[in-house]
Order: sequence, then structure tokens, then C-alpha cells
Amino acid sequence: MTAAIAPSSAGPRRIRLADTGPFIALALVVLIGVLINSSFLSGTNIANVVTRSAFVAIIAVGATFVISSGGLDLSVGSMMAFVTGIMIMTMNRLEPSMGSNAIFAGAGIGLVVGALCGLLNGLIVTVGKIEPFIVTLGTMGIFRALITWMSDGGSIPIDRALRDPYRPVYFGNVLGIPVPVFLTLIVVLIGAFILYRTKYGRRCMAAGSNSDVARFSGVSVAKVRTMAFVIQGLCVAIAAICYIPRLGAATPTTGQLWELQVITAVVIGGTALRGGKARIWGTVAGALILEVIANLMVLSNLVSEYLVAAVQGVIIILAMLAHRFIK
Amino acid sequence: MTTITRRTLGLVTAASILAMAATGAFAQDKKVIAVSIPAATHGWTGGVVYHAEQAEKEIEAAFPNIDVIVKTSPSAEAQVSALEDLSASQKLDALVILPFTSEELTGPVAQVKANGTFITVVDRGLADPSIQDLYVAGDNIAVGANTAKWLAEKLGNEGKIVVLRGIPTVIDDERIQGFTDVIKGTKIEILDIQYANWNKDEAFTLMQDYLAKYPQIDAVWANDDDMLLGVLEAVKQSGRTEIKYALGGNGMKDVVKMVMDKDPMTPISTPYPPSMIKSAIYMAAAQFVGQAPMRGNFKLDAPLITPENADQFYFPDSPF
Repeated sequence: MTAAIAPSSAGPRRIRLADTGPFIALALVVLIGVLINSSFLSGTNIANVVTRSAFVAIIAVGATFVISSGGLDLSVGSMMAFVTGIMIMTMNRLEPSMGSNAIFAGAGIGLVVGALCGLLNGLIVTVGKIEPFIVTLGTMGIFRALITWMSDGGSIPIDRALRDPYRPVYFGNVLGIPVPVFLTLIVVLIGAFILYRTKYGRRCMAAGSNSDVARFSGVSVAKVRTMAFVIQGLCVAIAAICYIPRLGAATPTTGQLWELQVITAVVIGGTALRGGKARIWGTVAGALILEVIANLMVLSNLVSEYLVAAVQGVIIILAMLAHRFIK
Repeated sequence: MTTITRRTLGLVTAASILAMAATGAFAQDKKVIAVSIPAATHGWTGGVVYHAEQAEKEIEAAFPNIDVIVKTSPSAEAQVSALEDLSASQKLDALVILPFTSEELTGPVAQVKANGTFITVVDRGLADPSIQDLYVAGDNIAVGANTAKWLAEKLGNEGKIVVLRGIPTVIDDERIQGFTDVIKGTKIEILDIQYANWNKDEAFTLMQDYLAKYPQIDAVWANDDDMLLGVLEAVKQSGRTEIKYALGGNGMKDVVKMVMDKDPMTPISTPYPPSMIKSAIYMAAAQFVGQAPMRGNFKLDAPLITPENADQFYFPDSPF
């Protein structure tokens, strides 16, 4: 367990090898990509793929907290759509009085709403003592219905006047790095710090690996888990902030099935689904692997359009098996 | 206290309705048209719900002796239950239904029909067409074919294009078939056809990948306007200038607006309008009001939406 908490410290050699699993898998997928199509390595394509994976990566950082502390959140995709809807409506409402500053106000409201959504999930799980699977399945439906209701089944577009000032948050660069990627890095660094270097991070692991033992050693498992859901909510809101400028609207299909991608990314990354072990950088590699595979399916001419999902499934399973054998 | 009075009132009303129905007086006074449609889960069905509700208001205002009841259902299962509930609580003179799926709804609609209800089927046909009195639908093959004809003419019968398709369904297959059949007769090369599930996000990423894969693309066809919006964003980001046309289909209001504004990249669209539910409800009403004969098949054309006629297809208040 010490090794799980501080993977960078000099632990036994085999554990460090196991940690590299997701990165080796990523390298393999990239290598296959280069062999299949030369345009895979072009700057634009790489920038596209990495930028695209930012949403799932940011949400998956939050999911790493939830899963490693022994929870599970199926509602993230719907929550993301709901928060996006609230943010756009807030921005549109404030635009006449605040101009472009409405973007900051909307983003602030989004963070608050995201945190509250997470808090709601967390409290029902911990205070209500209900399985997180069931709770978040319920809130998944609730958030999805709310965005459908808010948009009348159509879409909630952002005000034209806000489009241009907001656009750089997805399409712009900081020091040559696309903004969403830059934001992902910040989120991951903060996440890694909290998880590996703070008391709260160690409590997450303790609550996830054995909640009874954690309780006996004076850890408030309920508090730790609730907090993990709040962190998840914040991550969803951050993802929503860079999602809006991409297409400028929220629809009932926004973020659909993202929860599965997020959970897959976390698990491919080496975090245990049953809790107690977290790999934040692995999670990022997992998110990248998923995006690269999807990209390769389009770039290659080998796979029939009808079989794309099957091949994706096979590659994910192979990646997990490779991971197991490297161990 | 209030609840008790209300409940008694309810009972009295129910009893009186029963009595009226029994004597046949009620059935003669008001014709009931039930409308069963999918709930608004994406843009197009959102439009269906909007237009059904508009039709309800307009028809009830115009013809006081017609009562239109609109019921939305989130799944095929729920739609079957809704049909049972509707026909259990009253006598339906007409049913206008946009079935979720053909096979599952065929039996339940046949049962409603057995009570003497006039059946109007919209968009997706039932497995047994003899059940319906009236069939109203768009023409998916024409949606693909008309777009292809226009594109082929503009490109001078040659060039390289990419296609984005929707969710694997009959609707999607027909549009793709209509399109590719026309393109086969030209020298235009279809570089790629992939699914983007009628989803704006997936269309955006798919278009990014197409742009990375193919150095030269003359035109793009997304077989739905929602996807077209994602495509346009990806093209804009790439800064590529060789793409002459990016076309959609379905008549989404944002895209019809672009056509009206003479957008150079999207100068046309083709309708597969959710407002066809309105045509169906009006026709069902005509069957009772003027006894205008309405039995048969009514297939909406998919004429090109151009800047000249775009205002006929533009519904700024509709969600789609």
C-alpha cells in the first residue's frame, strides 16, 4: 500500500514496471498508428487527438478520486451536459449587462453547480448509505432529463456575441500548447499533488482499500468519499468550460456515454476498479489511448465502418492483457 | 376537505362521462384525435413534439368539436403502454402515431384499430401496412438523391467527397443509398463513409480525422444538419480552403437560416421535416371535419431548400 501511495519513491522494481503498463500500451498504439498511416504523426492530427482527449482526461482525473476511494460515478456524462446547459444559459443571460465578462461569471457558476451536483451524489451515497452504482444511475437519468427539458429536446446555443471571445478556450494556444491540453495538465498536476502528497489523498486510498480498517484508524470514510464526489463534480465543470467553445451549444446528446469512456480510461490507466489504488498519470494515458484508437479507426482503411466498435473493443482488451503480462 | 370534494367531483365527472359515452351523446359531440409520438430526446424528435403541440392548439381553436390529445413516450415499451392508456380511458376516433419501431408497435396499433379508430401512421411504417388508413412520410431516398444530384452538377460530375452517416437504421441506409446511387453515375469519388451517429460532437472529431487523412476534399455531405454543424466547425478550425461545399439534410432551423443568408459553403439543404406530424394531424382532422377523404399514402417530397424558398421551411420558434 505504501507503494500505491508513493509510486515515485524507490519501491520494488516490479511495481515500477507495472506502472509503466499504460504508457507502453500508449506507445504501442501510437507505433501502430505510424505504421498504418503517415498522416497520423502530422502536427495537426496529433494536436487534434490530444486536444479532443482533454474532456475525458479531465473528468477521468475526478473519477480516479471517486474510484480509488471506493466509489463509482455513472452520472458524469449527463452531469457534464447539465452543467454545460446551465453555464450557457447563465452566460446568455448576463451578456447584455456584462459583455464578454459573462464568460467568467458563467464559468464560476458552472464550477459551483458542478461541485453541488457532486455533493448531491456524495451525500446520497454516504448519508443515504446506498450503492454508488444505483445512486449515480439515478442522477444520470435526472441530469439527462434536465438538459433535455431545458433545451426542449433541441439545443441551447451560446449567444453570438460570446462566440468569438470564448473561442480561444478550445481553439487557442498557450506557449504553443492547445488551451484544453494546458488545462488538463494543470488539473492533473493538482490532482497528483492532492492524491500523492496530502493527508486527504492517503485517506482516499485507505477508504478505498478497506473501509473498516480506515474507520478504525480514525478516518471519516463518509467525508472522504463525499469529498471525492465533489472533486469529480468540479472536474466535470472544468471539462464543460473548455467544451462549450468547441461547438457552442448544449444538446440532449452532449456527453452521452462519456461515463463509460471515463471509467475505461481510469481502469486502463491502472487504477483498481474496486478502490485503494490510484494512478493519475495512467488515467491520462488511458484517455489518450481511447482517443488514438478512435482516430486510427478513421485513418486506416482496414476496418469496415460497421466493425469499428468491435475492433476498438478488441484493442482495449488487448491493452489490458498486455498490461497484465508486463506485471 | 378539499381533497374530498375534489375526489367526489372527479367521480361525478367520470360517471357523467361514462353516462354520456354510453348514450353516445359524447362521442357525437367531440371527435377525439390521439397523437402518440416519441419524447423529445434529440433535435428532430424535439421538433416533432413542438409541431404536434402547435397543431393541437391550432386545430382545437379552428374546430371546437375536435379534441386533440398529444402523448409523448420515451421508448417503444412506453409507447405501447401509452396506447393502452389512451384507448382504455376513452373512445378514440383517430390515432396519429409516429411509431418508435415498426415490429413492436404493429400489434398494439392493430388492437386500437379493432375498435374502429381511424389510423394515421407517420414516418416509420408498421410491419403490416393494411392496418393504416393513412400513411404520411418523408422520402429518405430523395433526401440523399436530391442532394447528390445538386452536388454532382455543381462539381461538374467530378471531385473527391467524404460522407458522414448517422445511426445504423433504415432511415440512414435509405439516405446513403439514395446518395450513393446517384454518385455512382458520375466520376465523383467517395473517399470515405463512416458513422457519426447523428451527433454533433462525433461529427466534429470524424471531420477532423477526414481532414487529417485526405489532403484534398472537394465536398462533404453529412446526412443530417446536426452533424453538419460539427463538420463546419472542424473545417473552420483546419483553415482548409479547398472544400467547396458542406451539405446536410433535415431542415434544421440553424441550417435553413444559413441557406437564407446565402452561405457560400452551405447554399442548400433538403427537408425531412419534423413538421410532417402536423400534416398528419391536419389530414386526420379533415377526415372528420369536412369528411374530406384522406385514406391513402402521402409522401412528402424532399425538394431542395434554396435561398428563394427557405422562408417556407424556417420555424424560428421550433427547437429544431
